[in-house]
Amino acid sequence: MMNNWFKSGSPWIWMTAGSVSVALIAVLGLVALIAWRGLSFFWPADIYEFHFSDTERQTIIGEIYERERIPVTRLSDAGVDISQIDGEFVTRYLVKIGNRELVPLDFTWVLEPNVVRLETPKDLVVLERSRNGNFYGYLHDVLENGESVVTGGADIKVELRKRMERALELRNEAESISKGPIARINYELEQLRLDRRRLELNNSYTEAAEAEIQAQEEALRAEYREVEQTLFAVRAESERDGVIMIDMRGEEVRMSMNMVLDATWSNDMNILQKWGYFFSQIGKFLTEDPRESNTEGGVFPAIFGTVFMVLLMSVIVTPFGVIAAIYLHEYAGKNSITKLIRIAVINLAGVPSIVYGVFGLGFFVYMVGGTLDQIFYPESLPNPTFGTPGVLWSALTLAILTLPVVIVSTEEGLSRIPSAVREGSLALGATKAETIWRIILPMASPAIMTGLILAVARAAGEVAPLMLVGVVKSAPALPVDGNFPFLHLDRKFMHLGFHIYDVGFQSPNVEAARPLVYATSFLLITVIVGLNLTAIGVRNRLREKFRALEH
Amino acid sequence: MAMSKTSSQFSAGRTRLIKDRAARFGVTLGGGLVLIALLLIFFYLLYVVLPIFKPASIDEGERYAIPGGNAETIMLGMEARAEVGYRVTADGRFVFFHLRTLDNDRDADSAVKRNAGEILLETSVIHGTSPEVGLSAIARASQATGDYAVGYTNGSALVVRPEFQITYPNDIRSIEPSLTKPYGSEPMVVDSEGASIERLAFERDGESMMFAAVTEDKRLVVSRVTGRQNMMTRRFTWSSQRAEIPVRGEVGELLLTPNLRQLMVQVNGSGDQRVHIFNLQDMNNITESQIISTDGTRGAITSLALLAGESSLMIGHDSGYISQWFEVSGEGERQFQPIRSFNLGAAVVDIVPEQYRRSFYAVADTGEVGIFHTTSNRELFKGNPAGVSVEQAAVGPRANHLVAISDGELHVMTLHNEHPEVSWSGIWGQIWYENYDEPGYTWQSTSGSDNFEPKFSLVPISFGTIKAAFYAMLIAVPIGLAAAVYTAYFMTPALRKVVKPTIEIMEALPTVILGFLAGLWLAPLIENQLPGFVAFMLLLPISILLAAFLWHLLPNDIRNKVTDGRAAMLLIPVVLLIGWGSFAMSDTLELWFFDGDTRGYLTNTLGIDFDQRNALIVGIAMGFAVIPTIFSIAEDAVFSVPKHLSSGSLALGATEWQTLTRVILLTASPGIFSAVMMGLGRAVGETMIVLMATGNTPIMDWNIFEGMRTLSANIAVEMPESEVGSTHYRILFLAAFVLFVFTFAFNTVAEFVRQRLREKYSSL
Repeated sequence: MMNNWFKSGSPWIWMTAGSVSVALIAVLGLVALIAWRGLSFFWPADIYEFHFSDTERQTIIGEIYERERIPVTRLSDAGVDISQIDGEFVTRYLVKIGNRELVPLDFTWVLEPNVVRLETPKDLVVLERSRNGNFYGYLHDVLENGESVVTGGADIKVELRKRMERALELRNEAESISKGPIARINYELEQLRLDRRRLELNNSYTEAAEAEIQAQEEALRAEYREVEQTLFAVRAESERDGVIMIDMRGEEVRMSMNMVLDATWSNDMNILQKWGYFFSQIGKFLTEDPRESNTEGGVFPAIFGTVFMVLLMSVIVTPFGVIAAIYLHEYAGKNSITKLIRIAVINLAGVPSIVYGVFGLGFFVYMVGGTLDQIFYPESLPNPTFGTPGVLWSALTLAILTLPVVIVSTEEGLSRIPSAVREGSLALGATKAETIWRIILPMASPAIMTGLILAVARAAGEVAPLMLVGVVKSAPALPVDGNFPFLHLDRKFMHLGFHIYDVGFQSPNVEAARPLVYATSFLLITVIVGLNLTAIGVRNRLREKFRALEH
Repeated sequence: MAMSKTSSQFSAGRTRLIKDRAARFGVTLGGGLVLIALLLIFFYLLYVVLPIFKPASIDEGERYAIPGGNAETIMLGMEARAEVGYRVTADGRFVFFHLRTLDNDRDADSAVKRNAGEILLETSVIHGTSPEVGLSAIARASQATGDYAVGYTNGSALVVRPEFQITYPNDIRSIEPSLTKPYGSEPMVVDSEGASIERLAFERDGESMMFAAVTEDKRLVVSRVTGRQNMMTRRFTWSSQRAEIPVRGEVGELLLTPNLRQLMVQVNGSGDQRVHIFNLQDMNNITESQIISTDGTRGAITSLALLAGESSLMIGHDSGYISQWFEVSGEGERQFQPIRSFNLGAAVVDIVPEQYRRSFYAVADTGEVGIFHTTSNRELFKGNPAGVSVEQAAVGPRANHLVAISDGELHVMTLHNEHPEVSWSGIWGQIWYENYDEPGYTWQSTSGSDNFEPKFSLVPISFGTIKAAFYAMLIAVPIGLAAAVYTAYFMTPALRKVVKPTIEIMEALPTVILGFLAGLWLAPLIENQLPGFVAFMLLLPISILLAAFLWHLLPNDIRNKVTDGRAAMLLIPVVLLIGWGSFAMSDTLELWFFDGDTRGYLTNTLGIDFDQRNALIVGIAMGFAVIPTIFSIAEDAVFSVPKHLSSGSLALGATEWQTLTRVILLTASPGIFSAVMMGLGRAVGETMIVLMATGNTPIMDWNIFEGMRTLSANIAVEMPESEVGSTHYRILFLAAFVLFVFTFAFNTVAEFVRQRLREKYSSL
């Protein structure tokens, strides 16, 4: 029976079926893993208090980050005292204890058998701070000008929140001053310096011009001093309040209110509050700037940079891709040039993206950019303007990279348009150009859209070439701002994909940053899978439509 | 075409026709742009790469009478930018002069116009007034120190240093040369008997100085002088140790190593040619560590030189043969060994090493100059530079000027020798580097040390690329193809509609995410659960077969409800269960078989090195990146095999499996081949996964538990820090070019095969 079964070939069919299962599990598992890890980053985690002794105060406060079961032998090999542990395996927790300024490492391993009691007290609070990461502990006192306002009781939460919000407002005000007027004044001063240099280079630097520039500079400096006064006042005001916390050692820790961003009593939350917190955290993640060398805070500049670069790329790639596809499908004869172009399209799609990066760096940045600098921006040399990696070059590089995607998709759309449509148009006296412009292109527009969406999805996930032509871990300014000419195509930018690489592999505290990387990955995957599904949907609709046309 | 006729017949005006023509022209141009883009990439990469293979060239420059009189020149030198040169005459003068007329407009207009040959400073190093002391020898220390020692006829020597003060009066660069005596103006006694110094070698290491001299009466004396500077008065007090080394035969050239440990002495014996190497570490007990005897057929030794980096000894012969030697630790002590040789073609008069690179310039007695680079084994130039018959030569520290004395005139020539350190054979062949025990393939582009020599062998990183691609394909090809075959041939159409896009969407997943997961999630997981992973790989096929057999045993009416077309769905829980089970029992397995420490077992018992981020991780992660590529193309190929072929086969009584292997796969094989090629192309060029999931160490080892560095990751890591236009930069472009050509070949072949397949089907 077994023999017969083998002879029928059925087991091998099952083996091939197994491959499909493995591939499916890999895809879905991957997405599920990232979704789970990415989303749980936003969920309010319970804060635990680990007691190691009943008699003395030996506690650790923190979130359980990871738990694993390991063989006891591995512990003893590592030199851990295992005399109190029975059994072959032991569970250990990786606990995030935060309070980075007080302890050498904000993560610690805890062996389960050492824990006497594990509690989740309701009044444990986690403070999100602008420096030094989270703080875990008990709220003890709220201060105003160093004087205690309220200690203990239910009022303290209200009081803390009130004052925290006030400090936060002042903080935002200070930030908007330094990002708004101060950045503008600095930018204008720099422009004046460049104006002067330009005049010098043109040999038209007269005393009158100098006097004018100086007058403008003086005015700007005066304005700067004024704005700076306001800024200092706001900052001083935000320093007014303070808070005293009790940390896990039982000691009082005093900190200024202006570094507290949020306070969460996550052990004291009901499920509704937890969901509320979850969504507010997602909102913060999407809209805030990163803090502490990207390991905390949001990813807004990275989202903005990615979107901006991708839009710029779309503007460049769409016309070229569509024209090339029209040429290939409508104009090209069956000759060797057409064949060559087709091979070129296939190869452009297959060339490794890093090669595009190398080409972009050498050709666009150093050759084209360097030449542009010499012609148009001699005043700022030797500092390069366009002769350095930037968002324009990234968009151009990715435009070449995604060109085949647009071509292939558009051509597919063109080939689905029944030839009767073209012939009808020509028969009615339209020229070929008119047929294409009035009849073919509108019909092919969903296909072009599909191509564009796929190109955008590809570009949004590409990192390797961008590392060479313009992406940075932290860009001081967005490529769009309120200073003339508003679009700054020469600036470097942040990118979600590079953000993942940088935070996951180059940050000083990888352990602390890991949930953020998962969250960023989830965001990127959502965007890319979403775009791809949209493209597939558009394409399927298109196919149905033309299938109907054919009959 | 018919269309243009119709339009011209019926068009109301010419404008429409013109517009049509313009559109045709514009669109054709746009189509051509794609081709242009590809060609542009190809030729731009080539344009950046090519200069590294260019030989050196020398342009004729200025010539003028040797400044400072007709006395014989015993030393020639220049400052870093080759703007000021100097010569030392046999009558004891240092003559500093403008080496080049500066043709820069801004400088030429200014008051400090510089004419080549104009003397800036002339100073004598013959001290005091006593007429019997004269200059008898001069020695240059290694170029890093910039010191000279002049030997006198009374057996003493003085250390001098040409210095160049650069100032910017009125924003114009101006150089003021001076000759300083950094260790006092009092000469130091080298020969205690006071005999005249005929030949001198000198090196300084910090405040220790070493002199080696051959005296008039043919004795070889060595003197080590150690100075201590008084912190208050800044004066030196010197203590010295002297020794005399007995040598058989006539002593020729002397060389000291800059670490003051070795003295190399050329000895012309009766009929044989030797270089003796003495160990000077203990001045009270100077030992002879090695005697290099050269083959008599090479002729007499005429010149010795130490290359930049101070470990290579160059020996020039009067037959034109030049050999390179450096120390290799063979059995026991480190001994000098002949490494490679060069042929100048005529008797070697002088060997001038370059200051930073392992290049040297050999002057022949015919007046020809040969430019060689040792490591790359390249002859970059040979002949009379700019037609000049050279008697003496010096090379600027930045190796862009060659100064030669010829027939009473000084020639200043411009040298173009930007990339001597690279040769085609050097990139792809084994190279024996200094301080290495044997030739090898090495990639090491930067280091903190000054004496470092960049090592550009693309072999280890190409190997890494192939290794990564190999392991990725090992995983991707079976899974991808099998899944494609099943999806296209066995799966129910409704299911296929869902499964195909699901797997294909994986192709759209950014590789940075796969790399991040591989590096930070999978690598530690597999490191900790290695036995579980191995168990999973073993149990998976077995359990699938087992599940299939159990399914086979089920009653027919159940089986018929769920056809083979849904087997993939049925197996999902099986795979999940086996996966969970394997990893859950990993620790137990580890305890049973490997005493709780698999890594230790691998390393200590089996001798297999284990890195956390290794080829296995890359194989899995990149395998999953490649699966959709292979799957998608192969699935299309299998699916588009005409149905009547399989129906015919089945009708003739073949089983499904027989039909698949004998009919379908054979027909679709070009498409499957093309899928594998495309997948390989993707695996070869993938950057982020290898960058994040390996340690990026350029090693050559097939071990699956060790990492690698690939061409693409190497570019990503090193490109941002390489200097534009440098050899390193161009080599990285070469790496990109290699990748480009690789994938171009793969993709073109795959595309051709696919085209043929398409034609075949359309005829079927």
